[in-house]
Amino acid sequence: MNIKKILISGFFLWIFALVGTTFVAVTENTTRTKIEDNERLILLRNLNTLLPAEQFDNDIVNDRGTVPASDLLGTHDDTIFYRARLQGKPIAVIFNTIAPNGYSGKIHLLVCVYADGKVAGVRAVKHSETPGLGDAIETQKSNWIFNFNNHSLDSPVPSKWLVKKDGGDFDQFTGATITPRAIVLAVKNTLLYYQQNSDIIF
Amino acid sequence: MNTEITQNGLWTNNVALVQLLGLCPLLAVTNTTINGVGLGVATMVTLIFSNTLVSLIRGFIRSEVRLPVFVLIIACVVTVIELLMKAFFFDLFLVLGIFIPLIVTNCAIIGRAEGFASRNPVGASALDGFMMGLGFLGVLALLGGMREIIGSGTLLSNADLMFGESAKALTITFNEDYSGFLLAILPPGAFFGLAILIAVKNAMVIQSKEKSACN
Repeated sequence: MNIKKILISGFFLWIFALVGTTFVAVTENTTRTKIEDNERLILLRNLNTLLPAEQFDNDIVNDRGTVPASDLLGTHDDTIFYRARLQGKPIAVIFNTIAPNGYSGKIHLLVCVYADGKVAGVRAVKHSETPGLGDAIETQKSNWIFNFNNHSLDSPVPSKWLVKKDGGDFDQFTGATITPRAIVLAVKNTLLYYQQNSDIIF
Repeated sequence: MNTEITQNGLWTNNVALVQLLGLCPLLAVTNTTINGVGLGVATMVTLIFSNTLVSLIRGFIRSEVRLPVFVLIIACVVTVIELLMKAFFFDLFLVLGIFIPLIVTNCAIIGRAEGFASRNPVGASALDGFMMGLGFLGVLALLGGMREIIGSGTLLSNADLMFGESAKALTITFNEDYSGFLLAILPPGAFFGLAILIAVKNAMVIQSKEKSACN
């Protein structure tokens, strides 16, 4: 008698799980291409703010490669990078870099490096820094992150890639030193990575 | 019956102010009005659908497996909402992202399923979901508005995430030079804000009771 009851209940659960899963699967299937489009669009929008559209003519989102995990990029897995070209000539490369030592954990960055090793631009794409203090790294909040534009490992020299408080050339901002310190180091390391690996990038 | 459900959801038994359920998302996302409204709408839609579905199956569900079935229904509804949001409101999803799956764990939803929808007809259950959701949405929007005005000196910033580019004009900036009051944006501000709202609500209830006692 008890066994029968258990079986009926189990059957009930099974039916509901089946219906529920089907429902989710159908929705997933119908929205998949739309979601992928959205993700690509956001990516393209991010890439375009780093590198003006007139500087390249290739399909930058699909001209990508992967680099293995690297301490310089702060990554533990293979990560994707994007190449920008103009009439086939290498213009710039965009790395997904992680600054591992932000005030509240990892800061995910896009770092765009011109083929000659100059920084084209840096953007914070994901972080959990303190609102009102560390989040000045966002372009909506302050212009700080533009400070890297056109700098390279020749200007300033690598030993000066530090915040001013540590004797370097880059401003920190009021109330936060740890966040800028983490990003300056991450950008410097990305440039180093590019310098050491530029032959495999393009 | 219907006015009672409405009153219960919006005021007497408000999810956020009286039942004090779903506090985690409530406190976490209300640093701007738009974030609050976004999560509020998502929660409300979940409540309407989960209440309706639970009410539909209430006749033949076996009581010993009802809770897992409710959880399953809620989880499916939330997952579908998450997918739809990714497809049609991607920017808003980027802001609310991690809080959407958390709706599943909002006790208010399983609470309404078990406490109301499993015992009442479909129409009443859907209305209950809508009103409970609206009550929650109202508190989220109010708290978000308070914290945004005090914390950043703006109102309805990022409205374009929800209503498209044209809504950028909706943003009200009270003072260009306002440097912000950090405490209001950080978690303590959420606790203070909610406490103030609860206190105001209780004061109003006590006052109206005294009034009716005098009469």
